[in-house]
Amino acid sequence: MVLNEQDRELIAAIQGGLLLVAEPYAAIAAQLGLTETQVIARLQLLQETGLIKRMGVVVKHRALGYRANAMVVWDIPDAEVERIGALLADETCVTLCYQRPRRLPAWPYNLFCMIHGRERDSVLRRLEQIIEFHGLEKIPHTVLFSGRSFKQRGAHYVDKARLPAVVRRSHG
Amino acid sequence: MDSIDASIVNHLQDGLPVCPRPFDAVAENLGLSVDELLSRLQRLLDDKALTRFGPMYNAESMGGALSLCAMQVPAERYDDVAGLVNAFPEVAHNYEREHLLNMWFVIATERPQQAGAVISQIEQATGCRVYDMPKQQEFYVGLKLVV
Repeated sequence: MVLNEQDRELIAAIQGGLLLVAEPYAAIAAQLGLTETQVIARLQLLQETGLIKRMGVVVKHRALGYRANAMVVWDIPDAEVERIGALLADETCVTLCYQRPRRLPAWPYNLFCMIHGRERDSVLRRLEQIIEFHGLEKIPHTVLFSGRSFKQRGAHYVDKARLPAVVRRSHG
Repeated sequence: MDSIDASIVNHLQDGLPVCPRPFDAVAENLGLSVDELLSRLQRLLDDKALTRFGPMYNAESMGGALSLCAMQVPAERYDDVAGLVNAFPEVAHNYEREHLLNMWFVIATERPQQAGAVISQIEQATGCRVYDMPKQQEFYVGLKLVV
């Protein structure tokens, strides 16, 4: 679908988050000079067309005690990526699973999984079980644990300069 | 965070309906008043356990682009380079990781053709090569973080 100017204003107004009030869409509508019904109808359309996956909260894994955040990367023969990617994505501890391009010679890996766990040991134990269960012993892999996190925010898709003043202020 | 907070987080990860009073059904499911649910959510936001209540966009459908990028940064320059990279508004996350490629960040741009320019600017600013690895395929994992 093509975004119109009103959609862009609406997206800009909500991308930093909605107010935690009983009627958040009425609050946004008042800010944009629209009716609540207009805002809800447009957001439902954005959701139906897949531009918005869902309305919800963004959880910070670290703050919830998931301190071991492992990126497990695999060098899988291209013909097998589909099958193995689907198997790994099905594992409960795998929170993201993407195929990405190799960057040879520096980077031979083409499948990336995120595994969140409370401790490094438990993440590694779980990984060993996954490898054994699916017979992945011959697939080269490596585990990159995260150290410091420098920046963590949702992506912003509309220029900050386009945000209404009231929203821009709340982002400093 | 207590067990009520944990079940709130679990419930809300599945998303909220887009309707005039989106919190009513969740509050009822959890046996809370809407006011109590909202004040607990506000506290979780203030404690930084949650980042915000809002939309999860599908970057590609928005016409935008996301790419995971990695750099090999010499240890003695690490903090300086992190500062330079994080100064770009297009950089959404930045993690130190244990590998030869030791700095990993996500670039989000409103249009796909902007990503290349941002990557060149980061390479110029830092003197480090950027390996960009845009997603080719996403395998569906569902929502399953259980607190």
